[in-house]
Amino acid sequence: MSQSQKPDKMALATMFRAFLAPEYVICDEETQKPFECDGLSVYCDMPLLVVLPGTVEQVQEVMRICHRYEIPVVARGAGTGLCAGAMPNPDGVLLVLSRFKHILEIDPLARSARLQPGVRNLAISEAASHYGLYYGPDPSSQIACSIGGNVAENSGGVHCLKYGLTVHNLLKVEMVTVEGEIITLGSEGLDNNGIDLMALITGSEGLLGVITEVTVKLLPTPSIAQVIMAAFDSVQAAGDAVGGVIAKGIIPAGLEMMDSPAIIAAEAFAHAGYPTDAQALLLCELDGSEAEVIEQIAQVEQLFIDFGATATRVSQSEAERALLWKGRKSAFPAVGRISPDYYCMDGTIPRSQLAFVLTEMQKLSDHYGLKVANVFHAGDGNLHPLILFDANVAGELERTEEFGSKILELCVKVGGCITGEHGVGVEKIRQMAVQFNDEELTQFHAIKHAFDPNGLLNPGKGIPILKRCQEYRSLDAIKNDARQGEPA
Amino acid sequence: MNDISAQLIEQVKQAANDNTALQIIGGGSKDFMGRTPTGTPISIKAHSGIISYEPVELVLTARAGTPLSQIKEALSEHQQMMAFEPPLFDGNATLGGTLACHLSGAARAWSGSIRDHVLGIRLINGKGEHLRFGGQVMKNVAGYDVSRMQAGAMGTLGIISEVSLKIMPKPAASLTVAQDMDAAQAIETMNRLSGQAVPLTGACWLNNTLYLRLAGAKSAVETTAREWQGSALDHGDAFWEALGDQRLDFFASDAPLWRFSVKSSAAHVMPNENWLIDWGGAQRWLKGDFNKAELEAIAENMGGQVSLYRGGNRDSEVFHTQPEALKLIHQRLKHAFDPNAIFNPGRLYSWM
Repeated sequence: MSQSQKPDKMALATMFRAFLAPEYVICDEETQKPFECDGLSVYCDMPLLVVLPGTVEQVQEVMRICHRYEIPVVARGAGTGLCAGAMPNPDGVLLVLSRFKHILEIDPLARSARLQPGVRNLAISEAASHYGLYYGPDPSSQIACSIGGNVAENSGGVHCLKYGLTVHNLLKVEMVTVEGEIITLGSEGLDNNGIDLMALITGSEGLLGVITEVTVKLLPTPSIAQVIMAAFDSVQAAGDAVGGVIAKGIIPAGLEMMDSPAIIAAEAFAHAGYPTDAQALLLCELDGSEAEVIEQIAQVEQLFIDFGATATRVSQSEAERALLWKGRKSAFPAVGRISPDYYCMDGTIPRSQLAFVLTEMQKLSDHYGLKVANVFHAGDGNLHPLILFDANVAGELERTEEFGSKILELCVKVGGCITGEHGVGVEKIRQMAVQFNDEELTQFHAIKHAFDPNGLLNPGKGIPILKRCQEYRSLDAIKNDARQGEPA
Repeated sequence: MNDISAQLIEQVKQAANDNTALQIIGGGSKDFMGRTPTGTPISIKAHSGIISYEPVELVLTARAGTPLSQIKEALSEHQQMMAFEPPLFDGNATLGGTLACHLSGAARAWSGSIRDHVLGIRLINGKGEHLRFGGQVMKNVAGYDVSRMQAGAMGTLGIISEVSLKIMPKPAASLTVAQDMDAAQAIETMNRLSGQAVPLTGACWLNNTLYLRLAGAKSAVETTAREWQGSALDHGDAFWEALGDQRLDFFASDAPLWRFSVKSSAAHVMPNENWLIDWGGAQRWLKGDFNKAELEAIAENMGGQVSLYRGGNRDSEVFHTQPEALKLIHQRLKHAFDPNAIFNPGRLYSWM
């Protein structure tokens, strides 16, 4: 189908309205406005049309029409993503799946839940709680984010080290292809024959298909969970203590670290009782049977003291546990209170490199004149530096973005990666050239081609085109050369 | 302890140039799996050795030809393990082969499979390019998950040359409880107990006996065992090792062996046949001559799939039939990695 036969906006809307109620095909700018960005609002654009189908058949029909006329499609769930992966395409359709909010089935004996893609992450655990079960991955947006988006981004959370990411907690995914065909990946069994397409789809950022149903595994709710808070007078000591816990053979349910700026901001916001003079704070949650938790809490507390903790506190009630977590979970908004804007990064590093990375980051912070607070999923090496800036100051956003990209390059340099759980989307597409070489990126494009030969699904996201990479790498080389010439 | 990747790449480029098929061989311990192998053998075995192991980081990286027994030994020194408990097959199983064949042991239903523990790989594709995907960190969502995609692909997408794995601590204590019961009762019991917050890491039924393994903190194991019926089994660990390694008497037979991967709570079928039920009901082994199409219908009814694991007619299809749409995607992906179709042609399916 040639370009000239492509329907214009209103003609396309008419086609969609043949099977969708008029209010679910949004053409006007004012109603489209809330859809212009996801959780990363520095990137926004307006789509050609927003459509909100209510049935899988309608999704298929939307896809068939878009395929026929070669119109780009961007799928969107709750829009809480943090990499602009759901940013609309100006020439394309924004396919919003928020009407698919039904929990289709919970099987308590088999410990699984069959869900429409728009079901909120937290709603799964709420529904499963009647059976003493819950859904493992708990991204910090869990109150709002939806399971379809979780699959598209392979979302994590604070309990990943013990309970895994989204990819570890899936049984089956139903997907509509770019041609509008339904395929089922995985099964209700654990292992499946052939290429593991479900693993491939998980984290593929809407580039390979549109997820229309998800079957997840449910886990038994631990009888008890307790959290230990420990303060340290250096990041290095806290990092060593984390290593000590692992070396002891204990896998905590959650193991989080904050640096001094993050502690101060979080305490001012949540009044959790964090010692604000500490250089680093650890929160370590242990869960399981009562006997096990009592045994391990004692071990971990002693271990923290041995590693030089200046203060420790063990939660003695559910309320106290919730309070200790509240500071950590509200760290982002807490930082938001002390700075007009903040920019959240998402690199991963080998834990042993933490002290080095934080020292280097401080140098960058001085260089760019921008403060940074660090929140760290210490158990699994996922670092969230929050760069504080003011978008109203000319040039500060640009400086922030450059600072951010330097942080990601630092993560790659020490053996980590550019994104642990937020995804690439638009935001980190340039840094993909740092993590992958041209041959690897070409292999990614070949995978994409196998699902979407015309490149209609979420174009311009996830995998960069090679020409841009070469530009980025050479630009960077020029900058580095220039910097080496600067006086120290 | 050798890096022979340069030589492997050369062989791949030559084969791509000549359009000759390559049969990828590690330790040869899983020659019996998949369809009948064809092509010129290319041995990965010498591409061996642990490249890095950081116990505190819970990460190990090794070349694909490294025997799992060697890895297991290195991990044991630090009280750590591969939590997916792969079969070692007399010490011949290699890391690369285990990922390609996607084999796990008794703990799979609770701790995950090798696919769940892979953090990154290096892969030689059909163009002879040596590519790196994933990494050595627990979380990594940059690019498509090419690493996990290799699990079960039977080497059809390329030569896995290196694998980074997530490592876990060994449980402090373990205990096995055995009770007599029939299969239907065992399936119900396994599933019910799996829904409780107890340190269950193995649940297997054979010969009218249900075996349950508890492993974790000592206090938790002992408390749970006291609450449960059944008698503690002496040498429990040896039972689970023999099960995972497929050394139990059940596996010692020339009869075709079928592997069902189904919904864990699916009702027992064909009760007069010879079954072994593992993974808390999610993996069921069946011995004997059967019609594959009939078994596939049964497996689908049980929410899963079936494959001919060992023996039988390996010139016909052995893995569960793919629907037409998925077959097409498989073929396109095969082409994306291996445009000249040189790697293990026909080993997974006759059509790729």
